[in-house]
Amino acid sequence: MTPFCETFPEGSFLRLACDSAPRLLAGLATTFQLTIFAIGLGLVGGVLLALGRVYGNKPIYWVSTAYVQFIRGTPVLVQLFLIYYGLPAFEIRLDSLTAAIVGLGLNSAAYQAEYFRGAIQAISRGQMLAARAIGMTNLQAICYVILPQALRLVIPPWSNELIYTLKYSSVAFIIGAPELMATGQIIASRNFRYFEVFLIVACIYLVCVLVISKLLDVVEQKLKIPGLEMR
Amino acid sequence: MAVSSEIVLRVEDLHKRYGNEEVLKGVSFTVRQGEALAIIGPSGTGKSTLLRCINRLTEPDRGRIFLEETEITSAHIDINKIRQQIGFVFQDFNLFAHLTALDNVRLGLMKVKGLSKREATERAMHELARVGLAEKAHAYPAQLSGGQQQRVSIARALAMDPKVMLFDEPTSALDPELIGEVLQVMQELAEEGMTMIVVTHEMGFARSVCDEVIFMEKGVIVEQGPPEQVFLNPQQPRTRQFLSKISELYGGVR
Amino acid sequence: MRSGGRALVSFEGGCRIEGLELLKNWDVWKQLLQGTLVTVELTVSLLAVGLVLGVLVALGQVYGPRPLAILCFGYERFFRAMPIVVLLVVVNYGLVFVANTYQWDWLRWPPFAVAVLVFGLHSSAYQSQIFRGAILAIKPGQLLAARALGMTRLQTMRYIVLPQALRLAIPGWSNEYSGVLKDTSFVFAIGVTELFRQGWQIAQRTREFFLIFITVALIYLMLTYLGTGLLELVERVWGVPGLAGQRREEHGRVV
Repeated sequence: MTPFCETFPEGSFLRLACDSAPRLLAGLATTFQLTIFAIGLGLVGGVLLALGRVYGNKPIYWVSTAYVQFIRGTPVLVQLFLIYYGLPAFEIRLDSLTAAIVGLGLNSAAYQAEYFRGAIQAISRGQMLAARAIGMTNLQAICYVILPQALRLVIPPWSNELIYTLKYSSVAFIIGAPELMATGQIIASRNFRYFEVFLIVACIYLVCVLVISKLLDVVEQKLKIPGLEMR
Repeated sequence: MAVSSEIVLRVEDLHKRYGNEEVLKGVSFTVRQGEALAIIGPSGTGKSTLLRCINRLTEPDRGRIFLEETEITSAHIDINKIRQQIGFVFQDFNLFAHLTALDNVRLGLMKVKGLSKREATERAMHELARVGLAEKAHAYPAQLSGGQQQRVSIARALAMDPKVMLFDEPTSALDPELIGEVLQVMQELAEEGMTMIVVTHEMGFARSVCDEVIFMEKGVIVEQGPPEQVFLNPQQPRTRQFLSKISELYGGVR
Repeated sequence: MRSGGRALVSFEGGCRIEGLELLKNWDVWKQLLQGTLVTVELTVSLLAVGLVLGVLVALGQVYGPRPLAILCFGYERFFRAMPIVVLLVVVNYGLVFVANTYQWDWLRWPPFAVAVLVFGLHSSAYQSQIFRGAILAIKPGQLLAARALGMTRLQTMRYIVLPQALRLAIPGWSNEYSGVLKDTSFVFAIGVTELFRQGWQIAQRTREFFLIFITVALIYLMLTYLGTGLLELVERVWGVPGLAGQRREEHGRVV
């Protein structure tokens, strides 16, 4: 890599980009890791919360609703700080990356809960009755009839949520998670070329988001079932 | 229904093409002061397009249109001034959804004609009363039935004091029991001497209210004449075919 | 850390009382209040910038000539793809960089101004989509009717399109407010002292991170409900039967 980089004039923007590339790409890998784990956590949490809000009894309903309202009404940065700086008071110390995953994941869960709730309610009525009528229990009906359909319906908002999580993973640098922004920060603090380094970082984000958005669009088109769309 | 010999509208050789399809293939006719002209024919034959060309909501490709002495197809004309003199009633009413009935009628008077609020309100209420909806002045379109909405839209057009009224299938979007109230307003207008062109499927109206009937098909005028001639003694075979189809459907011309 | 090494129970008994005592301290509330005011100022300013630009971009995209429409589309796409924190940091350093390179001291903006600019531009992209949806939801026949009365294009836009589009946009705009309010916490990264930073400073001083941040969170929650409640009121007072908007997105996230 280095000999190739030396083909660019010393001190030029392209030289800087080339030299920083390996470390930035490592940061990007962490960003992807962060995004995937967070959205995965959000998926599990979201489904559980949605089920709690649709089928749960009164206490479960109120707890999940309170959770969703709180998370959706407060900034994700506050949530991250609560987990990273606040939890140690309760003997729970997480490293910055894990804290970021947990924070972004729990945040995403609250929003995903609403998409799933909408999807489940859109499908629920007749299908649940039909499943019970052939002798399935509630749990079986949910697993084999409702969820498979709901998962199809949530694809559009879910891919949107994936992009959103990718973008907002950048916030984790504020608590020190070693993702792309933080890596840029470290590089810049050594060579003091703050603007140029972050400009490169911004371009990387832009390209990633645009490319992944396009990929998701293609996947969405492939997975479409005619007639099964969220109104 | 006294029709004078003054010509209010003259259409000369109107052509309009959409892509590969020629929708108007050289249409010409005149309308005299106080005349009620009905245009009938199968759907999709350019009747609505013709009407929209008259006030240039759709631009004709070729041909000339004269409103009294003024050539309104000329490039030098301020079309907005011309449109103030032509009233247009749409099939879908197209009332302004965010305004009450009174505001709908008043808007043109205040913003286009420049009347004061007091004058505009007076005039607007007069027109609303004329169509029988004075007590609905403060209702919003969403609160009115289809027939009521269409009558407000007629009042809106009348308020501008037009020289000629154009009706584009005014009752086609209405439930059957609401058609009557709109046709009645139109009949009263015709009897008061308003010059009007009505594109319609309501044969009864065309026959009993109108002074002249044009049968159009495939972008040309097939037959033209007073209702007694067109309905009872059609000259052209196509006219006869069309009318017999209609009477099959309704058991005789209504 | 002071609380390190204590068992949970004794922490509950000991530290918690000290923590809650903190809330009785007027200085703490004064700081939080000052921060809240800055947050509100920031939110209102950036929403205003976003509103003006958003409406213009929406009009450009719907009614403008094709090159303008494509430009507006690109504008929207760019700001939606860019993470807001990254944009904030880049522009902040960028202004300093350009100011240094060309000796343009007028570019040395205070962080608050940079925040209003960046957040305003970012929000305008989302707001333009809200308004575009609203404009497109207006039945096109009404525009024809307006022209048929003799109105000019400008009059049609002013008396028919705008009054309806603004009403239709309220629910979507309410969501945007929600999203933007929460995102203002990101100005922490460029040094604006608003609610979040005030909370951080207090927490660092007192080491009561959990308590302070919960309090900060509740203040944000309250601001969210106040704002959306106010907009709901506006919707009811200003609304017209038959004209209802849709809430689909919150600052880029489906809700």
